[in-house]
Amino acid sequence: MSAYALELKDVRKNFGKTEIIRGVNLAVKAGERVAVIGPNGAGKSTLFNLISGRFGPTSGDILLNGQAIQHKTPYEINRMGLSRSFQITNIFPKLSVFENLRCAVLWSLGYKYTFFKFLSGLKDANDRTNELLEMIHLDKKRDVLAVNLTYAEQRALEIGVTIAGGSDVILLDEPTAGMSKSETSRFIQLIKEVTVGKTLLTVEHDMGVVFGLADKIAVVVYGEVIAFDTPDAVRANAKVQEAYLGSPVADSQAGGH
Amino acid sequence: MEFFIISMLNGLSYGLLLFMLSSGLTLIFSMMGVLNFAHASFYMIGAYFGYTLSGWIGFWPALIVAPLLVGACGAVFERVTLRKVHPFGHVPELLVTFGLSYVVLELVQLVWGRTAVEFPPPEILRSSAFTLINHSVNGLSLVWGAAPAEMCSAADAAVRVVCSPFPATRGFMMLVALLMLVSLWLLLTRTRIGLVIQAALTHPEMVESLGHNVPRVFMLVFGAGTGLAGLAGVIGGSTFVTEPAMAATVGSVIFVVVVVGGMGSLSGAFLASLLIGVIQTFAVAIDYSFLTLAKDMGWALSAATQENSFAKLTLSQVAPILPYLFLVLILIFRPKGLLGTREG
Amino acid sequence: MAAVYKFKPYNVGRWVIWSLFALVLVLAPLVFTSNLSVTMLAQMGIAIIACLSYNILLGQGGMLSFGHAVYTGLGSYMAIHALNAVSGGKLNIPVSLLPIVGGVAGMGFAVLLGWVTTRKSGTPFAMITLGVAELVFAMSLMFSEFFGGEAGVSGNRVAGEAFFGITYGPQIQVYYLIAVYTFVCVALMYAFTQTPLGRILNAVRDNPERVEFIGYNTQRVRYIAFIIAGFFAGIAGGLGALNFEIVTAEVVGAGRSGAYLLFTFLGGATFFFGPIIGAILMIIAFVLLSELTKAWLLYLGLVFLFMVMYAPGGIASLIMMNLRVAKFGKLRQIWTSYLGLGLTAIVMLAGAGAMIEMVYHLQLNSALGDTVKFMGATLNAKSLDSWFGSAFVMLTGLGLFELARRQFARDWGEIQTDIEKEIKRRETAV
Repeated sequence: MSAYALELKDVRKNFGKTEIIRGVNLAVKAGERVAVIGPNGAGKSTLFNLISGRFGPTSGDILLNGQAIQHKTPYEINRMGLSRSFQITNIFPKLSVFENLRCAVLWSLGYKYTFFKFLSGLKDANDRTNELLEMIHLDKKRDVLAVNLTYAEQRALEIGVTIAGGSDVILLDEPTAGMSKSETSRFIQLIKEVTVGKTLLTVEHDMGVVFGLADKIAVVVYGEVIAFDTPDAVRANAKVQEAYLGSPVADSQAGGH
Repeated sequence: MEFFIISMLNGLSYGLLLFMLSSGLTLIFSMMGVLNFAHASFYMIGAYFGYTLSGWIGFWPALIVAPLLVGACGAVFERVTLRKVHPFGHVPELLVTFGLSYVVLELVQLVWGRTAVEFPPPEILRSSAFTLINHSVNGLSLVWGAAPAEMCSAADAAVRVVCSPFPATRGFMMLVALLMLVSLWLLLTRTRIGLVIQAALTHPEMVESLGHNVPRVFMLVFGAGTGLAGLAGVIGGSTFVTEPAMAATVGSVIFVVVVVGGMGSLSGAFLASLLIGVIQTFAVAIDYSFLTLAKDMGWALSAATQENSFAKLTLSQVAPILPYLFLVLILIFRPKGLLGTREG
Repeated sequence: MAAVYKFKPYNVGRWVIWSLFALVLVLAPLVFTSNLSVTMLAQMGIAIIACLSYNILLGQGGMLSFGHAVYTGLGSYMAIHALNAVSGGKLNIPVSLLPIVGGVAGMGFAVLLGWVTTRKSGTPFAMITLGVAELVFAMSLMFSEFFGGEAGVSGNRVAGEAFFGITYGPQIQVYYLIAVYTFVCVALMYAFTQTPLGRILNAVRDNPERVEFIGYNTQRVRYIAFIIAGFFAGIAGGLGALNFEIVTAEVVGAGRSGAYLLFTFLGGATFFFGPIIGAILMIIAFVLLSELTKAWLLYLGLVFLFMVMYAPGGIASLIMMNLRVAKFGKLRQIWTSYLGLGLTAIVMLAGAGAMIEMVYHLQLNSALGDTVKFMGATLNAKSLDSWFGSAFVMLTGLGLFELARRQFARDWGEIQTDIEKEIKRRETAV
């Protein structure tokens, strides 16, 4: 039983001759909430894609609860207990909210590819789906087709689909992208509620969110993690200041730009 | 020996014809993401337009005018129908071209009838480009044009002379195909419009925001692709046969070519076209079956095996399914295609 | 938390619909009694199973197949060989169960060929189905023992022991056998849509990538769906073998695959009952329309093009959209637009039809003279007057149709916005 829920060991990723991820080392303990920040193009989404299995690293190891998952398919990784959400909403547009969530719970409840049981008779699936509906506050929109939801509702559904399977490690890719200030703070509250006890990694740009949500911050610049520490330590870190502001700052300015 | 050379050349010419068709198809697919199910229908229209036009203005003018007309038809179709369906996705686009293939077939039958029409090649192309003479005493020699009768038979019964002509139409086909290939390559790599096309191949929105009229470029590419098919049609129709079934016969083969070569890859289409062209041409001419092979090798076979219909099949009988067999094999062992880069 | 009542009056509706369906199947030949009608009804039953099985791929899974006839056709071939084995005393299966032999055959070939076919999705998948279909069709001309060569394979469905006095000699008995299979298969295929695999298949259609991230192997989902579709396709094929008592190579041909695609799409791939409509239209077109005019395939192609462009959900979606309009009481506003659309379309088609009939007459029947009857008028195929007249009628119709269409689009758009507003109003009022 590994001490870490998620480990990255010298992970590298090249696209052709371009090095995108240049030796990332990261070790996340179970239950930690990590915010992944960094300038645009630093490779944050690429890291998420590597971890979740969208493509494999050029070299290096990725371990989930001690087991190697690099080069495994997304569904294998998901079955081992890792789920991710997407920056651009990635739900099932022609299915209702309820159906979206129910699809996401099916495998984790062991229903696999069965075609001789009726969905309406699967009590545990339906109960869990109703539970999820209430958790993400979309119970009034139960039968609305996903394509007809508002943007914020779709993002909530995106989170719902991500946590539905009960994975212990959750990756959220810019969950509050495109939201207004008030929507964001409500959404962060939602994220906190639904990810209690889980290991969480989220890519975020909003510093207010980051400092309010995260136990630890990983700063990614040019494909490398230049800092991985508590929020205060990161704020004071000279390398981070240099990356964001161009030169180390004499005294610690209040964060949140 | 001469059989091998002539068959090779025939195979290459057929392969180049396939490439003329599949290159247009690949361009349209790479560019617009739509697989033009009706591409072979434009091939057919080209042949029929060529047939009618050469009756009015002669073959050589028709060779130029017919493809232009076909290209115009393609551009009109793109503008009126395809563009409307584009926002619905790739499946409706494919369906719309599927429907078009039905409509074109029926219209062609309506106007020109259901039987084959006589579309002869021009005078100059009617004989052989060259003839290979295999003289058992003098060896292999080449004669330009058709060999006169005296050269093909020997007075002496012990001497065997075999004359293998290579039709001028085939040679012309190869010439046009190669010219087209070269000009296409030059256009794409050396001209401004070619650069725009290459860019729009992978980043259409970016190209549009740079000020290029991407819908117009799409229409141009579709028209050009179908025009190429029309050109292939004039040549193919005059070399082979011009009939309503010609779209179906060549249609499925070019889809196989495109998938085998790797969807979206011009060089893959080139390789696959030649490969399939050569293999099919050779196969059709070879009458060997498993049984004859066994006899040659001196293998003894049981009576049951000798009666087996699989064993009795000659390669020439199997020839029609070879491209599809190839397709299945490629999909099992190399699903990306021979030189494929993108997933369809 | 108050108790949640699950009063679903819908459940009662469900029983009513299925009972009506069964009733229609039972009573149809008693209403349409002519020989031709019963033959057509039998073919419709077969077509319904075939098109519904096709829609498992197209409408539910988003998989466009150009080669579905391979599975119906191979099912037919296996069934007819089994039938001949029963006739020859080598096999002891009741004739009533032979369609299941077809189903198993269809399923078996789907297991074999489907593994290669479902390795890709989208456009490459479509091309592979085309290639496999051509492969099988070409093989049908090569292996005459199984495929019967040019003449095909014939059989006699009056074979084995009679089943409670039913010999399947008369067409009406075959019809009722088909009706039973149709009811059972339709029910089973509907049930499939309500199962986990059925729903995940829909998810694969909507967003195949996301499905991988919720734990499912997309390719496996498609493969299993392909096999299930192959099973029902084989049953349809087996019924066809019994119905016609002969199976020729065209059952695996591109024409038949194309017909399944065309008519399933026309009927409507997005609703379960859409392919049923499509199947009925298919038989009507093939049996009746082809007698009416030589140009029927042309008309069909044009209708198909029109549907893809303007009504990609097919006839089923048109019905549902209009039902929705009616539910909101707005049908009155639009029926005049519909009328305008219909009348101008008729005018345009009259002109076009006249010209097409004249061309066909010139091609095929010119020995019979120059005149051809069309819609009660006599046209002279060789006179310029007839041609100009028809062209004029067609072009006027075309112009008026375009005007009517624009007006219709405006009216329809207005109604849709009104309905949206009404829905929002009802939602917030609750």
